[in-house]
Amino acid sequence: MNAISRRSALALGAFTFAFRIPAPGEAAAQTAATPEVNAWVVVKPDDTVIIRIARSEMGQGTLTGLAQMVAEELECDWSKVTTEYPTPGQNLARGRIWGNMSTGGSRGIRESQEYVRKGGAAARIMLVQAAAAAWGVPAAECSAANSVITHRASGRTTSYGAVALAAGRLTPPAAADVPLKPPSAWKLIGQPVARLDTAPKLNGSQIYGMDLKLPGMLNAAIHACPVFGGTVTAVDSTAALRMPGVKRVLRVGDNAVAVVADTWWRAQKALEAVNITWNLGEHANASSAGFAEVMRAGLDAPQAAVGNRQGDAAAAIAAAPRRVEAVYGYPHQNHACMEVMNATAIWTPERCEVWTPTQNGEAAHAAAAEAAGLPPARCEVHKLHLGGGFGRRGAVHDWVRQVVDIAKQMPGTPIKMLWTREEDMLQGRFHPVTMAKMTAGLDAQGQVTGLHMRISGQSILAGIFPQNIRDGRDPVVFQGLNNAGGEADIGYGFPALLVDHAMRNPHVPPGFWRGVNLNQNAFYLECFMDELAHAAGKDPLEFRRALMANHPKHLGVLNAVAERAGWGTPAAPVGGQAVHRGLCVTHGFGAYVAACAEVSVSNAGELKIHRIIAATDCGFAVNPQQIAAQVEGSFVYGLTAALYGECTVKDGRIEQTNFDTYPMMKMDTMPKVETIIAPTGGFWGGVGEPTIAVAAPAVLNAIFAATGKRIRQLPLRDADLRHA
Amino acid sequence: MAKLNVNGRVVEFTVEDDTPLLWVLREHLDLTGTKYGCGISACGACTVHVDGVAMRSCSQPVSAFNEGQKIVTIEGLSPDSSHPIQQAWLALDVPQCGFCQSGMIMAAAALLAVTPRPTEAQIREEVTNICRCGTYNRVIAGIQRAAGTTGAAG
Repeated sequence: MNAISRRSALALGAFTFAFRIPAPGEAAAQTAATPEVNAWVVVKPDDTVIIRIARSEMGQGTLTGLAQMVAEELECDWSKVTTEYPTPGQNLARGRIWGNMSTGGSRGIRESQEYVRKGGAAARIMLVQAAAAAWGVPAAECSAANSVITHRASGRTTSYGAVALAAGRLTPPAAADVPLKPPSAWKLIGQPVARLDTAPKLNGSQIYGMDLKLPGMLNAAIHACPVFGGTVTAVDSTAALRMPGVKRVLRVGDNAVAVVADTWWRAQKALEAVNITWNLGEHANASSAGFAEVMRAGLDAPQAAVGNRQGDAAAAIAAAPRRVEAVYGYPHQNHACMEVMNATAIWTPERCEVWTPTQNGEAAHAAAAEAAGLPPARCEVHKLHLGGGFGRRGAVHDWVRQVVDIAKQMPGTPIKMLWTREEDMLQGRFHPVTMAKMTAGLDAQGQVTGLHMRISGQSILAGIFPQNIRDGRDPVVFQGLNNAGGEADIGYGFPALLVDHAMRNPHVPPGFWRGVNLNQNAFYLECFMDELAHAAGKDPLEFRRALMANHPKHLGVLNAVAERAGWGTPAAPVGGQAVHRGLCVTHGFGAYVAACAEVSVSNAGELKIHRIIAATDCGFAVNPQQIAAQVEGSFVYGLTAALYGECTVKDGRIEQTNFDTYPMMKMDTMPKVETIIAPTGGFWGGVGEPTIAVAAPAVLNAIFAATGKRIRQLPLRDADLRHA
Repeated sequence: MAKLNVNGRVVEFTVEDDTPLLWVLREHLDLTGTKYGCGISACGACTVHVDGVAMRSCSQPVSAFNEGQKIVTIEGLSPDSSHPIQQAWLALDVPQCGFCQSGMIMAAAALLAVTPRPTEAQIREEVTNICRCGTYNRVIAGIQRAAGTTGAAG
């Protein structure tokens, strides 16, 4: 209970705007008492090093990885490192000194690696300068290691903690004057150090957004119109207001109703007693089946935005002696973070503060300010630890707007709003729904003459950042299919290629869903590559290799998994069942990834996934054991999507409302995962997402090897896998 | 006034009979380590021990319990995170976001209390909690480490 009461005391401070709420890793709130060395580093007199982390920790390990990068250049004692989050309000007030706070697109480390290392290096330079000045010697005669500064000639030493105050008064060196170590000199980057944030997750003391408690706080439960675009027309709260603990029944925006009570459970019970009349709007009859017809028409539509065109694919396919064609589809899916959406807010006419788990503190801050009707400088967001993000808590902050709207109707009272799982399922920002028509020509030798990939369906940008759509073209749709760029490129040199997109947007709002568009694109391309290899009578590995001469990094990870799996030699049977393999390779978020899945399918059609071998070339590997954790976890997320993940629409609303109708992979079906981390250096690739995309295709290709059946529509839970 | 024995203390509070145990723990006793995940006993984030047995607290009304039963939450599993499961979790960096891990740890600890040396198959069968980050393989390794069966067949 001590931890909680201490938190409450800190929260009281936050309420009076004098304190920050603790950030991850228990670092927190002490920095007010200790001036910083620079924006990234605070060193306390006892040599504790507090490293500031601008990106959000949601399980992916970025907190530890970024701290390693600062500490590498800081030359500090790693055992004394803790972390804290600067707030979005502070970032705004200091001219975005901590840069971008957005934590998505597997960009946490790769996008900020240079400036955070420079932050650590600059702090080290200042600490050494301060010690040298105190000794009256040139800084060049001093060196730093393990938080100790040594004057080499005299042998004098001092610690970071002893000189930090003086160092903080020095003018920071210009970024251009801060050299960085070459990778060959790294001591901490590349090491599988333990996470900095594990201990409080083992005893219940880690405070997630859901767990926050402020003095005088009330709790809100909320229900928005289940049909997107619908509105509230009438609210009968008579019965609810008579229920225990209930304070208010409020309209929130034009589409939701909230009950505010002393406890959340009472608020939720009362919400169920509120009689809401909806105007379901123009989408009241929308369905997944209806939208599938719209997408299907897009597969052959004359108009489409071009993503990648090399040569004349149509002519090359038309001239080929053989033509292979297949249509694939990928459904809507909910992120289903274990922690449902929630936030706490307090609003007064002068100021608004929000506490919430967010992947993008700055976007949460902007949403809060807009909803509060106050200038951003009068608002603050305190980032709390995330119980999962996966993209749901990044670009759109619908729940922040809701809580501020509620708090605004009860000025001065802190309000914590928590969704139910059902609300979280119905009000998601969904993985986009698409279909693809794959068409290829094969010549007499079974070589591809040309390939046309027509994607039809939903654009994420059209739903979230429509200003980034140009001439009907959403560039993010072509993730993993680009000709070049180093971010998400196709790994094959087809003689002719056309990738285009007929944008068809349903009324279901899209979101960036871990792995984003790479998920369906790798599924479409890599399963079709397997189809082409089969049609050409070639081995799937050799068929791919023949097209990869100019894509050595794609080839490198593909070779790595094939070699580890023993591709070309039969897999040992398991429990009397033959084991079959499937491959997949892709490139996304700047990293090259491949997988080889080993599965068996019984005569009755029961699928078992025995082992996955996964390879990652992320350029530089900062913390290999955390990369392995991300890769292993990616198969849970990716295979859950492949096996079960589907949100369907009927009568304008999502039909799946909880884990009983939206099932998750559990330990009984989890395969073993062997991770090969094969960083080739020279670039920085992301880790949290790319592997998601190879999970489904590798398994589906193995299922084909086992059964002769092609699964072209996910999820596969309804597929009949009895041998063809 | 209801009375429960939670983490070795008898606590009294006033609450409607149909309030789930989870919300009593979280909102009346400030024991927020036990999480709400689904409300239908599907995910296991709310797992606590009742007389040593793992139970999902989100759909059990508080009226179903009495002070003669020993309820233990993640906060009471050990005074200093020294339970073998907690130690194994620390050694292997099992948690990612960590939100499901209170329930995962309580489920794993309950399994070991009944089956001190579970086979891998038993672990996979008995621990049915949902983790969206995908920590399952480290959860299995952590239970095996705590049980001293690391590397054993099964």
